[in-house]
Amino acid sequence: MDYMKLLNPTVVDIKPSGIRKFFDIAAEMDDVISLGVGEPDFQTPWHIRQAGIKSLQDGKTKYTSNWGILELRKAVSDYMKAEIGCEYDPKSEVLISVGGSEAIDAAVRAIVGYGDEVLIVQPSFVCYEPIVRLAGGVPVIISTKVENEFRLTAEELKSHITDRTKLLILPYPGNPTGAIMEREDLEAVAEALRGTSIAVISDEIYSELTYTGNRHVSIASLDGMRERTVVINGFSKTYSMTGWRLGFACGPEPILTQMTKIHQFAIMSAPTTSQYAAIEALKNGRPDIEAMVEEYDMRRRLMVDGFNALGLECFEPKGAFYAFPSIKSTGLSSEEFCERLLYSKKVAIVPGNAFGESGEGHVRASYCYSVDHIKEAIRRIGEFLEDIKNEG
Amino acid sequence: MNVKLLKLLCKNARYTVHELSVMTGLSEDDVKSQVSEMEKEGLIRGYKAVIDWERLDSAMVSAIIELKVEPQPDVGFEQIAEQVKKYPEVETVYLMSGGYDLCVIVKGKTFQEVAMFVAKQLAPMKYVVSTATHFILRRYKELDIELIGDNKDDREKISF
Ligand SMILES: Cc1ncc(COP(=O)(O)O)c(C=O)c1O
Repeated sequence: MDYMKLLNPTVVDIKPSGIRKFFDIAAEMDDVISLGVGEPDFQTPWHIRQAGIKSLQDGKTKYTSNWGILELRKAVSDYMKAEIGCEYDPKSEVLISVGGSEAIDAAVRAIVGYGDEVLIVQPSFVCYEPIVRLAGGVPVIISTKVENEFRLTAEELKSHITDRTKLLILPYPGNPTGAIMEREDLEAVAEALRGTSIAVISDEIYSELTYTGNRHVSIASLDGMRERTVVINGFSKTYSMTGWRLGFACGPEPILTQMTKIHQFAIMSAPTTSQYAAIEALKNGRPDIEAMVEEYDMRRRLMVDGFNALGLECFEPKGAFYAFPSIKSTGLSSEEFCERLLYSKKVAIVPGNAFGESGEGHVRASYCYSVDHIKEAIRRIGEFLEDIKNEG
Repeated sequence: MNVKLLKLLCKNARYTVHELSVMTGLSEDDVKSQVSEMEKEGLIRGYKAVIDWERLDSAMVSAIIELKVEPQPDVGFEQIAEQVKKYPEVETVYLMSGGYDLCVIVKGKTFQEVAMFVAKQLAPMKYVVSTATHFILRRYKELDIELIGDNKDDREKISF
């Protein structure tokens, strides 16, 4: 069988991320101290797990509505109104999805057709580009800069808009950078979009994890933006529920209706147990979020201080749970740095270029780990830097 | 008084001043002065290590003793609690709601030693009505620290 003839070239041409092999090496090594994950270390709060267990005991083991359980959609709608300041009709503007991931895919497929240009802000989460390609779209990369704390500026945005631009994917608070967009940053972007017919997918999966004292601002809440914006969020990061595979999208009815069509045929409905747990999360999970944010914030400060003290310059990440220090001072590439660090000190972190070329010269370290774990990892990175210095 | 600082010290009293300063956002001088202030005021009463005694041959045994006590006019349980806490064998004394009055944690080298202490010292005390001794057989978790189970991180080592 000639599989290369059989298989869809668009899929085959999507390269498995170059750092996959690096992942595999790390996975097989013993006693690795990892700062490499993109998921919380906390367990899902017990009352949320109990709600899932209770739903199973009550025999809630069937499909739900394609859109998701109405009670959950209402809870999401209330949440969006309270936290973001946007109203979404739970009947036609809220879709419960299999993680934020599926919602991103459905939103892209609902909006992007063959040849449409999609603006992807990088360094960013790895799924946007392949999803756009699978939908037949053309990814147009906007590289943000460390000087701007990896925020998207209106100038950068404008200079990439063409008459074929259909969509902007806005990934803040950001993975891998920890960057956020504050109200005035978003205002400038919104101003550049007003009067165009460009849609926005705003991936706000880390919206609850910010450390400035100000709450996260959604672009959807700015003048003229709600009508063009699909907000993606979910339960993975906010409530430490990565394995439950549950997220949601909110947006204008015409877009959400098409997304739900895709979701209906590809997925049927999001996991039922997870939906019941998520209702509990939204209703009674606020104290859990606050406790986790307080803990993340302490670790964040410790990690950023640690990197800066080692001479790996680290701008202050104000959201998510990653630090993105520069390793340029070592003269190594991101991949060399991470590979040598893994082999010599058994510390696993992720090379910045895995998140787009503009991530080169940086590494991503997650602080979803205990303080002692973080301290040990930083200590070993310090040793590694000494070793390199002594070589040179 | 900084609650964050207290919470951190509760978690690990051996954080350095620098670490405490970074994690709370206070200056190092503020950390130092606030900690010594809290010590002076008696808000912070001491610092101790949590030890897994089972790993030692010269193991310690502990028992929780339920004391029923006849309360005294005016002083209630205070006087007897004061007396009980003076024994070096006594590690902890709590006044309790519910079925008994004082919870006393006693430690010793052997079961025998603890049992004799209860029989000879606590039980005969004036106003002590009855005692019930419960030996601690295994410590799973103490002061938030897990002593049994390795709590393995079951996440992938790297994910995006
Ligand atoms: C920026 C970003 N968006 C979306 C996701 C997907 O999360 P999930 O599908 O678990 O909701 C992640 C996960 O790492 C992420 O970092």
